[in-house]
Amino acid sequence: MAYLQLRGVEKFFGRHRAIKGIDLTINKGEFIVFVGPSGCGKSTLLRLIAGLEGIDGGTLELDGRDITDLPSSKRDLAMVFQSYALYPHMSVFENMSFALKLAKVDPAVIREKVERAAATLNLTTYLERTPKELSGGQRQRVAIGRAIVRAPKVFLFDEPLSNLDAALRGQTRVEIAKLHRELGATTIYVTHDQVEAMTLADRVVVLRDGLIEQVGTPLELYDRPANQFVAQFIGTPQMNVVPAGQLPPGVRQLGPQAAAQGAIGLRPEAVSVLPKGLGTVDGRVELVEALGAETLLYVRTAEGAQLVARQSERTRLQAGDDVSLNVATDQAHWFDSAGRVVQAAAH
Amino acid sequence: MTARRRPAFPLALLLRAATAWAVALLLFFPLGWLFLTAFKSELQAIAVPPLLVFSPTLENFHEVQARSDYLLYAKNSVITSVLSTVLGLLLAAPAAYAMAFFRGKYTRDILMWMLSTKMMPAVGALVPIYVLAQKSHLLDTQLALIIVFALSNLPIMVWMLYSHFKDIPPEILEAARMDGTTLWQEVRLVLLPLGMGGIASTGLLCLVLSWNEAFWSLNLSAAKAGTLATLIASYSSPEGLFWAKLSAASLMAIAPIVVFGWFSQKQLVQGLTFGAVK
Repeated sequence: MAYLQLRGVEKFFGRHRAIKGIDLTINKGEFIVFVGPSGCGKSTLLRLIAGLEGIDGGTLELDGRDITDLPSSKRDLAMVFQSYALYPHMSVFENMSFALKLAKVDPAVIREKVERAAATLNLTTYLERTPKELSGGQRQRVAIGRAIVRAPKVFLFDEPLSNLDAALRGQTRVEIAKLHRELGATTIYVTHDQVEAMTLADRVVVLRDGLIEQVGTPLELYDRPANQFVAQFIGTPQMNVVPAGQLPPGVRQLGPQAAAQGAIGLRPEAVSVLPKGLGTVDGRVELVEALGAETLLYVRTAEGAQLVARQSERTRLQAGDDVSLNVATDQAHWFDSAGRVVQAAAH
Repeated sequence: MTARRRPAFPLALLLRAATAWAVALLLFFPLGWLFLTAFKSELQAIAVPPLLVFSPTLENFHEVQARSDYLLYAKNSVITSVLSTVLGLLLAAPAAYAMAFFRGKYTRDILMWMLSTKMMPAVGALVPIYVLAQKSHLLDTQLALIIVFALSNLPIMVWMLYSHFKDIPPEILEAARMDGTTLWQEVRLVLLPLGMGGIASTGLLCLVLSWNEAFWSLNLSAAKAGTLATLIASYSSPEGLFWAKLSAASLMAIAPIVVFGWFSQKQLVQGLTFGAVK
């Protein structure tokens, strides 16, 4: 059942068309992640849903009600900002209770709700402090707490973890996932970090230049990207995309006719490194990245293409060694000259 | 911000200190002289060479109070400066809010235009404003001064408040909107508490400017609504100068605002340099 429905949503900044007609259906309880490179419009789209920017075209419906022109304060959405945006002149308790107080909720109920949220977020001992007396991670939890005490129809997160250091980011990511499982609330989460997108989302919306490139579950996007952009945006290290012209004829012939002027896409795990002469493509190791659990090998082929291979075994190979590559062509994605997928990998 | 460097030679330090003292004394000299003269007799005041040691007298102050009603002028000054500041803040704060948080294509130009009105000599607007005041029977009333003071300070107030408001992260106001505030609640519960420092320093500065304003009070007011500035002016009469009484009147006129400024100088300095050093 459609809970939040975007139909042809558009946004102009001056003459620049930032959002170019977005259609999207979000179901109740879903965790949706907007992801894309900077400037793709993901934050703008979130702000349109939040009502912080006016919608210039199309409609927005929430729970069967048209909210296109409704001000933010009437939409019953809660937002967690990248900069936390806590009220600096209020205590943690006042920050978290602000919305309920505005809604004239009974003070006893407010106290109970805030204390419950504080307990969930490990904030009980900080309720009387002001935001400036808290660490970054604690502030972020207060921002999340401020959103959850309201029990809004939809939670909006605008890159909430990008101001945290790497360790805290991982930890908070897990907490957000847990919180979503407990509350089951509909959530829209904006990030440029594809790991967050992959780990948190029920469905990921990949945006580019104000348009949706693809919507799907994380693994759908990984296994069956609709085009070269999505294929390269999802997954680290990036999918290897080799122009058809740089492929040995033996490999090129395996692809569909439409990909003859296009390219082949191979995930790093679909490329294996073998001793010289044993594979189908010859090359030379340029760089070895030993990450412990896995090893990444950057190999330049005789035709000039660079391929990354991922393997779980450790290796003695060094930069400069001659090797041979075996590519799992059944796991290859074939793109036409416009970057569209013409033949997806068989999974 | 650059770190303060220790001068290489004591001589440089000495020169710097001497220069600073010289400038400070130069700036302070007229005020100091005014202070001394206010306690001299008229004869002592014009003595050549000037007297530095004399027996002080309060006679001038009695004379000023007897000849002209000091308290009336003081009351007018207090009322016009306080009310014009309040009026100015009421007009400037919404303008600054709009320009700081809802920037449009022409916001910058409007700000520049507002400031440019301060470049025009006030005398250029004297005739129309005088005629307006006369036609609306507001000559020599406190109301006329309140309105004119407020309007002439408005560009500075908008600028100061604008730069203070601009330092408040807009997401905080957006968060308040998401939390369900009406515009008035957003202003009262979030903007005002966060902008209080800026509003206070803007108000203080305008209070001082209005208090010291002489051009409009001389031209638009006389015996009824005159401020302390007109009181001072009345002592520089064409027939004979009364240096000691003029000094006493001036001292009485500036004393309140100097004391006030002394206690609020931290706020004032902070307000004037806000955004420049942070």
